[in-house]
Amino acid sequence: MQRFSALSLLLRGLGGHRSWQPHWRKAQPQRAYDALIVGGGGHGLGTAYHLAREHGLKRIAVLEKGWIGGGNTGRNTTVVRSNYLFDESAALYEHAVKRWEHLSQELNYNVMFSQRGVLMLAHTLHDVQVGKRHVYANRANGVDNEWLNAEETQRFCPLLNVGDIRYPVLGAALQRRGGTARHDAVAWGYARAADALGVDIIENCEVTAIRRGPDGRIAGVDSTRGPIHAPKVGVVAAGHTSVLMRMAEVRVPLESYPLQAFVSEPVKPVFPCVVMSNTIHAYVSQSDKGELVIGAGTDAYTSYTQRGALHVTTHALEAVCELFPRFRRLRMLRNWGGIVDVTPDRSPIIGKTPVPGLYVNCGWGTGGFKATPGSAHLFAWTMAHDEPHPICAPFSLERFVAGHLIDESAAAAVAH
Amino acid sequence: MLLIPCPHCGERAEIEFSYGGQAHIERPACGPEVTEAQWAAFLYLRDNARGVHAERWRHTHGCGRYFNALRDTTSDRFIAIYAAGQPRP
Repeated sequence: MQRFSALSLLLRGLGGHRSWQPHWRKAQPQRAYDALIVGGGGHGLGTAYHLAREHGLKRIAVLEKGWIGGGNTGRNTTVVRSNYLFDESAALYEHAVKRWEHLSQELNYNVMFSQRGVLMLAHTLHDVQVGKRHVYANRANGVDNEWLNAEETQRFCPLLNVGDIRYPVLGAALQRRGGTARHDAVAWGYARAADALGVDIIENCEVTAIRRGPDGRIAGVDSTRGPIHAPKVGVVAAGHTSVLMRMAEVRVPLESYPLQAFVSEPVKPVFPCVVMSNTIHAYVSQSDKGELVIGAGTDAYTSYTQRGALHVTTHALEAVCELFPRFRRLRMLRNWGGIVDVTPDRSPIIGKTPVPGLYVNCGWGTGGFKATPGSAHLFAWTMAHDEPHPICAPFSLERFVAGHLIDESAAAAVAH
Repeated sequence: MLLIPCPHCGERAEIEFSYGGQAHIERPACGPEVTEAQWAAFLYLRDNARGVHAERWRHTHGCGRYFNALRDTTSDRFIAIYAAGQPRP
């Protein structure tokens, strides 16, 4: 791997930057591997990276149906935070935030993680009570979060219109360690680091069947590039997880919905943080390129079309225009949809399945990007040890039968 | 936005409708013989079909009635509309 440093940039710059190699090899699928990861997003690539780096697996492949960075990893709104209400969720997402804080150094790749703060607005008395409850619960769990009154909120985000709107801003919860990262750099950085450890990253390779041996154990997969044998298969396929798990005759409690996002034309840096409003459904930050990055809600119906309805985007834009009147004349540059896999309790599923050798990491729904480094680390541990890591153990598939739901759908500080 | 063919009112815009999720899910009979796995399947497991999906819609801001539809989830095209309580065509 060609490492990045000030010196290497200077030296290669003198040569006109013509001596850089591709970040990862164009690997051809081998006949057999020790472990296969199905899905080449951030979570899957990171899993392969940790399996190779910490768990000593030699032959690992990541199978990606499309191209690296073309799925939900490149389609989200890049927000990172860990201010979840329940103990299990706080531990899971905080594990990820701690890894985010060192990810660029670890991967030798600038993922542009910027801890600019995440503001969650309160517009009603109920919002204030819920917001404060989150602040106290987070602090009890060692997750930073603080309460700002309306005046302090205004000072923290000067463009915010706190008073002259239908639902005035009464205050906000602020997680200062939250922020944004460059999402495709996360996929590319993990792909590059995994490749350097010998992981085969195989793009344009769709899994068409999951093979089991006579004893019921995983034997491998069939793909559009031929059969591939492996005793361990990890499915990390976001919105397409149900389709893959059905190949192994495992039903998962998931429904796939389109989730839309869009960006404005780029402008100079005007926006210092991330602002989320659950009550009037606004979700906005500014990328380092200058675009405002705005997230909408999911569409009402299940779909695999990677596009959503206009009225859903309009709803989000109306809220943004109300909160930030100065953005009203900005034009929207691009919009797109991703297919998100939503669980009944809006918490992810990470762990083993009823099929020996088959593991699943899914159900991140509308908020998986923030968890990427933590999810990858825990899932690799789980696959290597054939038992769930203590942090992700509560997020098992069995919780839906046992009734131990982690009900962030009711509790989460986020609009779903 | 989808144009949804309500069997009673004709084609109307999606914002007039509520989505009712997967159709033909039967509640297990009450009693101690129902296992936790059966109950969890009824509550939580869905086909999440990639392709033809049988689902319920309610024309909330119209006639207010439920009906069933077959829709292709890879194109969002409606393939068939049929009455609630009827078997899947």
